Amino acid sequence: MKMTRAKRSKIIYNIVTFALVIGAFFILQSMIDAKTISRSLKGQLVPICCWIVMAVSLNLVIGISGELSLGHAGFMSVGAYTGAVISGVLVNLYGVQDTTLRLVIAIAAGGVMAGIVGALIGIPVLRLRGDYLAIVTLAFGEIIRNLVNVLYIGTGDGRVYSSILNKKLPEGVTMLVDGAKGAVKIKPISTFMAGFILILITLVVVLNLVNSRAGRAIKATRDNRIAAESMGVNVTKYKMMAFVTAAVLAGMAGALYGLNSSTVVPTQFTFNQSINVLVFVVLGGLGNILGSVISATALTVLPEVLRAFADYRMLVYAVVLILVMIFTNNPTIRAITSRLFAPLKSFFRRAAKYAPAVGGAVKELGGEEEGEEQKHE
Amino acid sequence: MIFLDNLINGLSLGSIYAIIALGYTMVYGIAKMLNFAHGDVIMVGAYIAFCALQYWGFPPVLAIVAAMAVCTALGVTIEGLAYRPLRQAASLAVLITAIGMSYLLQNTALMIWGANPKSFPRTFINGTTLRIGQLSVSSATIITILANIVIMIALTLFTAKTKMGKAMRCVSEDRGAAELMGINVNRTISVTFAIGSALAAIAGVLLCSSYPILQPTTGSMPGIKAFTAAVFGGIGSIPGAMLGGVLLGVIEIFGKAYISTELGDAIVFAVLIVVLLVKPSGLLGKQIREKV
Amino acid sequence: MKKLFALLLAAVMLMSVTTVFAEDDVITLKVAHIGPTTGAAALYGLATLHGAEIAVEEINAAGGKYRIELINEDDEHNVEKVINAYNAALDAGAQMILGTTTSKPCEAAGAQGYVDRVFFLTPSASSPAVTEDKDNVFQICFSDPNQGLASAQYIAGHSLGTKIAVIYNNADVYSTGIRDTFVAEAAKLGLEIVSETTFTDETTDFTVQVADAQNKGAEIVFLPMYYTPASLILKTAADKEYHPVFFGVDGMDGILSVEGFDTSLAEGVMLLTPFVATAQDDLTVSFVAKYQAAYNEIPIQFAADAYDGIYILIAAAEKAGITADMSAEEACELMIAAMLELQVSGLTGTMTWDETGAVSKTPMAATIVNGEYVFE
Repeated sequence: MKMTRAKRSKIIYNIVTFALVIGAFFILQSMIDAKTISRSLKGQLVPICCWIVMAVSLNLVIGISGELSLGHAGFMSVGAYTGAVISGVLVNLYGVQDTTLRLVIAIAAGGVMAGIVGALIGIPVLRLRGDYLAIVTLAFGEIIRNLVNVLYIGTGDGRVYSSILNKKLPEGVTMLVDGAKGAVKIKPISTFMAGFILILITLVVVLNLVNSRAGRAIKATRDNRIAAESMGVNVTKYKMMAFVTAAVLAGMAGALYGLNSSTVVPTQFTFNQSINVLVFVVLGGLGNILGSVISATALTVLPEVLRAFADYRMLVYAVVLILVMIFTNNPTIRAITSRLFAPLKSFFRRAAKYAPAVGGAVKELGGEEEGEEQKHE
Repeated sequence: MIFLDNLINGLSLGSIYAIIALGYTMVYGIAKMLNFAHGDVIMVGAYIAFCALQYWGFPPVLAIVAAMAVCTALGVTIEGLAYRPLRQAASLAVLITAIGMSYLLQNTALMIWGANPKSFPRTFINGTTLRIGQLSVSSATIITILANIVIMIALTLFTAKTKMGKAMRCVSEDRGAAELMGINVNRTISVTFAIGSALAAIAGVLLCSSYPILQPTTGSMPGIKAFTAAVFGGIGSIPGAMLGGVLLGVIEIFGKAYISTELGDAIVFAVLIVVLLVKPSGLLGKQIREKV
Repeated sequence: MKKLFALLLAAVMLMSVTTVFAEDDVITLKVAHIGPTTGAAALYGLATLHGAEIAVEEINAAGGKYRIELINEDDEHNVEKVINAYNAALDAGAQMILGTTTSKPCEAAGAQGYVDRVFFLTPSASSPAVTEDKDNVFQICFSDPNQGLASAQYIAGHSLGTKIAVIYNNADVYSTGIRDTFVAEAAKLGLEIVSETTFTDETTDFTVQVADAQNKGAEIVFLPMYYTPASLILKTAADKEYHPVFFGVDGMDGILSVEGFDTSLAEGVMLLTPFVATAQDDLTVSFVAKYQAAYNEIPIQFAADAYDGIYILIAAAEKAGITADMSAEEACELMIAAMLELQVSGLTGTMTWDETGAVSKTPMAATIVNGEYVFE
C-alpha cells in the first residue's frame, strides 16, 4: 500500500489528535479516581468538553468551509434548551430515571433540533458571502436569543404546555423553560465520560468529513467557488452539509452544557459567546482541528488560572490574546519562531516517514475513502 | 401625532447609529477590517468628555474637543501597535485582535473609572426641551440629527475633494496599485483611524447626551447595532452607513412601538436579514462581480 | 529588687500566656465572597465585595472571638463561571459562602452547594429560585415576589392612583420576578394596568416605553428595575414633559448617588427599600463614612446587604459553634440550624429567617424630595 507524503502526514495528524484526546481523558479520569484532582479543575471538565466540540464544529464552518459565522452560540442555546426540556419531560411525564439513557436521548434531541434550525437558517444564509453572511448569522443568533427569552414550556397533567409571549400557562404546571428565567430546575446529569465520547464522535465526524470526497469538495468551494462550480461541484449542497453538521454538533454540545448545570439562561448565549468560540478557532488555526481542541481547552482554563490576578484577570486575558495574535500572525515574528522550531518540525517529518505501519491501523478512523483518494493521485 | 413622535425618536436613535457606523465603514473600506474595538472607543470618548465636564470644569465645546483629541490619539495608537503588525495577516486574525482590544479597553475603563455608572451632565446639547405644537423634542435629538447631516456632507466632500480623501479611495480600491502610485498606505490608514476615532468621540458625546448613562460597557451594544447598520447600508459606503444607521434606528423604534417591545431586537434583525437576502451587498453596497 | 523582678517576670509570663491563650482562642473563619467583579454586572459584585470588606475590617479590628479571612472569587455574572468561582473558593479552603451577588448564578451555585453541603448566605440574589428546594441557601434581601406584593399593596393602600404603567426588563430575573407578582396582586386590588412594556440589558432608548405609558394616561409608572435603566427612563419622561408618580423598588436605591445625575429628575420618585445611604442613624452614618473613605463612592443597597451579611455569618457561626478547622460540609448543617434561631439588626433592618431561607424584615417607603430621601 503506497501512500503519498500528504496522505501520511494527514494520518499522523489524526493519530496525534486522537492520541492526545484519549491520553488526556485517561490521565484526568485516573486523577478523578485517585481524588487528586482539584475541585476547580474537575468542575471545568464538562464545560471544556463542550467548548472543544463548539470550537471544532465552528472550525468546520470557518476553517474548512470558509464562511465566517458569528451565530454559533445560537445553535448551542437551541441544543441546551432542547436538552433541558427533553430531560425534564422524560422525568416528569415518563418517569425515566436512568440518567445515562436520559442524557443520550437529550443530547441526540439537542443535535436534531439544532440541525433543523441550522438547515432553516442555512438555506437563506449560504446564498450570501463574506461579511454579509457573518452579519446574518449574528442576526440569527440574536433572534434565537430574543425568542428563547419569551418562551415558556412546562409539563403537567401528562402533557407538555408551551407558549410564546404569553405567560399564562395553567396553574400547577411544572415549568421547564420560564422566559427570562431560562431553563429552570434542571437535574444536572452530564458526565465527563459523556463529554469525552462526544468529543470523539465530533472528531470522527469532522475528520472523516474533511478527508472525504465531500470534504474535498467543500475545501475546493472555499478556495475558489467559481472554479469548483465549473468542475461540477454542487456548491450549495456541500456548504449546507458543513453548516448543518456544525449546527448538529453545536446542538449536542449545548445539550451537554445545559444538563451540566441546574439552570440555563438566554444571556449565556449572546453574540459575545459566539465570539469566544471564534477566538478559540482562530487561535487554534483555521482548519486545524487539533489546534481548536488545544486552544479551546487552554482558553477555557486560562481565566481560571489567572484568578490569582484577581481584578486584573480580564485585562491580562485581553493582553495575552492580542500578543498571541500578533506573534502568530506577524510574518517577521513568525519567521523567527519557525526557525526556532525547525528542528522539531523536521523530527516530525522524519517520524512520518516510518509511520505507514501505524497509519494502516487507524485507516478506519482517518479516511474511509482511502481507495478513491489514491485513484485521484 | 404619536407616529410623528416615534419617527423623530427613530431618527435621533438612527443618527447616533449612523455616526458610529461611519467609523466602521470607513475603516472597513480602507483597511478591510472590522474594527470591533470601535464601540469601546466611543465609550472612552464619552468618559473623557464626562471627566472634562464634571472634574476639570471644561466648557462643553472644549470637552468635545478634548474627547476627540484623546480618541484620535487612542485610535492611531491602537492601529499602530495592534493592527499594523497584522497588515499582511488573514482578516480573521485582525478581527480577533480587535476583539482583544475591545476587552482591553473595557477592562481598562473598569480599572480607571470604576463599575458604578456615571450620569452624563447636562450641556447645551441636552439642556432644553423644545415644543413644536404638541410634540416635545429634546434638543439632543435635533443636535444629533443635524450633526449627522453635517458629518456626512463633510466626509463626502473630504473623500471627494482632498488629496488625502483621494488617497483613501485609492487604497480602498486597490491597495497594491495605490502603493505603486506612491501613496503611503500606512499613513492613509492611520489617518482613516484618526478620523474614525474622532467621529467615535462625537458619537460618544451624542449617545450619552441622549441616553445619559455611562458605564464601561456603554459602547458595546450600540457598536454592534452600528456594525449591523453599516452592513445594512452596504459596508464601505459612506452614504450607505448613513442610510443604514437611520433606517435601523427608525425600524427599531417602530418595531417596538407598533409590534412588541419584547421582540424589538428580533424585529430589527429580521428586517436586516430580509433586506440582505433581497440585496446581498446591502442597500448601497457595490455589487462586485468576480472575474474568472 | 528580686521580688520586683520576680513580679515583673510573672507579669510578663502571665501576659504572654494570656496572649498565647487569646491567639488560641481566636477563631478565623474562611468566608468566600462570590460575585461579578468584572464584566457588565461588576457594579453589583464590587458593591457587595466592598461592603463585606468594610465589615471584615471592623470585625478583625474589634478583636472579638471570631476573625474573618475573606476570599474573593469573580463569577462574571455567568452561570458557568460561577461554578468555577465556587470550586476555586472551596479549593482555597472557604468554610462558607457570602454570595453570590446575582440571582441566576446564585441559583446554579446554590444547587451545587446543596449537593456538596455548603452554606450560602446571599446578600442580594433575590429570586425565589435561589432558595427554592435548597435548605443551604439564605437570603438577606427581600425576595422578588414579596417586593411586587408590597409595592402593589402600598400603591392601593395609599390611593396613589389606579391607572398604572409597568416597564420591566424581560431579560432579567429580578425585574420579571417583581413584575409577575405585582401584576397579579394589582389585579386583585382593583388597580388597572394600562400599559406594559419591556426592555433588555442592552436597551438604551426608552422613548417607546415612556410614550406608551404617557399616551395611555398612566398616573403611576411602576419601575421594577435597577437604578441604571431607571435613570434613563426618568430622563426620557422629563424630555417628554411627562410627570406621573414613579414608583420604584429596592434596586432604585443608588440613583441619587450616581455621579453627575441631575437629582431634580428623580423629584417625587417613591420607592420601597430597606436601606438608603442618607439615613441618619449611627450605623448607617458610620458605614457610609468608612465606605466613602475606602472606595470614594457612596454605598448602594448591595454593599449594605453584604455588610450585614458578614455580621450575620459571625452571629450564626457563634451560635453554631463553628471552629476554624471545620470543613465547609461540617459547618453547613450547624449554620443552617443556627440561622433559624437568629435575629440580627443591621443596616437593612431587623432580620429573622425561616426554613425557606427567605428573610423577613420590613421595607421602608421613601419619597425623593429635593434630592433627599424622605421617609413617611
